[in-house]
Amino acid sequence: MELLVASAIGIMTAGGLYLVLRLRTFPVILGMSLLTYAVNVFLFTSGRLTVGAPPILRDDVSVYADPLPQALVLTAIVISFGMTAVVVMMSLGAYLGSDDDHVDDQPEGLRDKAEGKP
Amino acid sequence: MNHWLIAPLVLPALLAPFIMLATRYHMGIQRAFSVAGVSALVAIAAGLAWQASDGTIMLYQLGDWAAPFGIVLVGDRLSTMMVLLTAVLALFVLLYAIGSGWDERGRHFHALFQFQLMGIMGAFLTGDLFNLFVFFEVLLIASYGLMIHAGGNARLRAGVQYVLFNLIGSTLFLFALGSIYAETGTLNMADLAERVTLIGPEETVGIRVAAVLLLLVFAIKAAVAPLHFWLPSSYAEAPAPIAALFAVMTKVGAYAIIRVYTMIFPPGLEVTSGLHELWLLPAALVSLAIGMIGVLAAKRLDRLVAFSVIGSMGMVMVPISLFSPEGIAAALYYIVHSTFAGAALFLISDLVRTGRANLDLTPQPLVAGTAMTAALFFAGAIAMAGLPPLSGFIGKLLVLDAAIGTDMVVWIWVVVLSSSLISILGFARAGSILFWKAHGVKPPEGAPTMRRPATLSYGVVGGLISLLVVLTVFAGQIHGYTTIMAAQLFSPEPYISTVLDTPGKLSTPKEGY
Repeated sequence: MELLVASAIGIMTAGGLYLVLRLRTFPVILGMSLLTYAVNVFLFTSGRLTVGAPPILRDDVSVYADPLPQALVLTAIVISFGMTAVVVMMSLGAYLGSDDDHVDDQPEGLRDKAEGKP
Repeated sequence: MNHWLIAPLVLPALLAPFIMLATRYHMGIQRAFSVAGVSALVAIAAGLAWQASDGTIMLYQLGDWAAPFGIVLVGDRLSTMMVLLTAVLALFVLLYAIGSGWDERGRHFHALFQFQLMGIMGAFLTGDLFNLFVFFEVLLIASYGLMIHAGGNARLRAGVQYVLFNLIGSTLFLFALGSIYAETGTLNMADLAERVTLIGPEETVGIRVAAVLLLLVFAIKAAVAPLHFWLPSSYAEAPAPIAALFAVMTKVGAYAIIRVYTMIFPPGLEVTSGLHELWLLPAALVSLAIGMIGVLAAKRLDRLVAFSVIGSMGMVMVPISLFSPEGIAAALYYIVHSTFAGAALFLISDLVRTGRANLDLTPQPLVAGTAMTAALFFAGAIAMAGLPPLSGFIGKLLVLDAAIGTDMVVWIWVVVLSSSLISILGFARAGSILFWKAHGVKPPEGAPTMRRPATLSYGVVGGLISLLVVLTVFAGQIHGYTTIMAAQLFSPEPYISTVLDTPGKLSTPKEGY
């Protein structure tokens, strides 16, 4: 199970990083979501992997799952979900406004050319 | 337990939804509530700073749960001073936004402004690393809204870059928190400080990675080279009062570095040895140089000010990365100075903008109010470039003085002094083009007369400049206070014992370890 979870985190992070380095907003946003998935699973595993153990410590329980990372992951999920929505709306607005969805600053000469200025 | 400690968070947190829900159609009432709220915040912050000034560590346990199980807010000299700095800056910025009418150009300015303050205050007061992340998110989410306030394509595009860069920063922060938790099993700062010292020398891989990741995150916030690329576009395109408020946001990163790397990973700790002198100091010197060269190279006034903010953050990070009490004391003095100076310059660039078609550094016809604006720009530029008689000069002297006796003293002196010269050239060039060459340009026939900036705007910028004068006149007392502040940071035992040994209602400390 450790191998499975670790490789899942690794592959998602690698894919996310690759997509984040692209130049257009859509792949960058996809990459951001992949990265946040990866970090959510990573946070989850920071309390060690346990199967079928209760998350609350009682007197007769000897093996228990760490409840704190689960709370942290909940917070992180909510924040990243909301932020993805915000960035989608903003990049849509920027794209519709300027008819260009590059995330980088275009050199001034190139931009003038694209807009048909001399 | 001192309930006032949570007031800087609760007040804006309650005021913001009230402004948004109850007064959304009445700009006058919104302004009244917003100004009243921020004024109350200044009073509360002053009270907290006065209480902490004798060295007491204030502790607030939320829900009366003892640390490290509950969440705590901690107020010591450093955090209360930063809270006071933010509140004072916010009052000036808010008055400017009202005076210049920026708050009417989009919706929900005042509500977002209050949420922004809540996030910044929380980041300064929290005693828990995960809560630091949460408050970073609160201040960032509000800043996304403020950044694109009043809209426009250029602003929206810069906003997308700003949001994406900060989202990546937040993701890195979560990776850092996950690895810290996996290594130590806690995220409370005081508890971490105790546990990190217990890690054996052969098991430091994870905690090293976490320390470096955390430094990267804070360096993104503090815009230290090479992680500063988000700053010029977003600060230049943001509405001027917002950019002025953002002048304190880079300081949140500097604050977090000071807090975490004096308490959790102190300079003497074997695990993170070499991190500061090997990595942070050269990066700080580079960002100082990049910022000041950018001042000379900028083609627009707002970009020039944004680069001067990068340069001043470099100047703050140089003494911080020395991690000596003298260095931290100098850095804290410079943080106060550069916050006010940067904010004043952003507001001045808006004063210039009011009378001109754009902010390009090209000669354009004279506009109403040039004499006053030019005088304010002169004072602001002197402060930012670090010329006598204003506080930038004293701050720079303190930085140079703190560098004496370290290995890197030659590098620090050379970079600080030459970058000062370059920034003087840059500001002089900008000022002479904007204000002197304008005398030789004839206004085109039938050009619409530009309106004068509002009197309140001038008053606010004058107020910020006079704060710099106060900072200069009382430099001895203020530096004396930052010195005992640094001393408190370098002996964190009272902080740690206050946080960990105060019993809560439902749990006694140290139980269950």
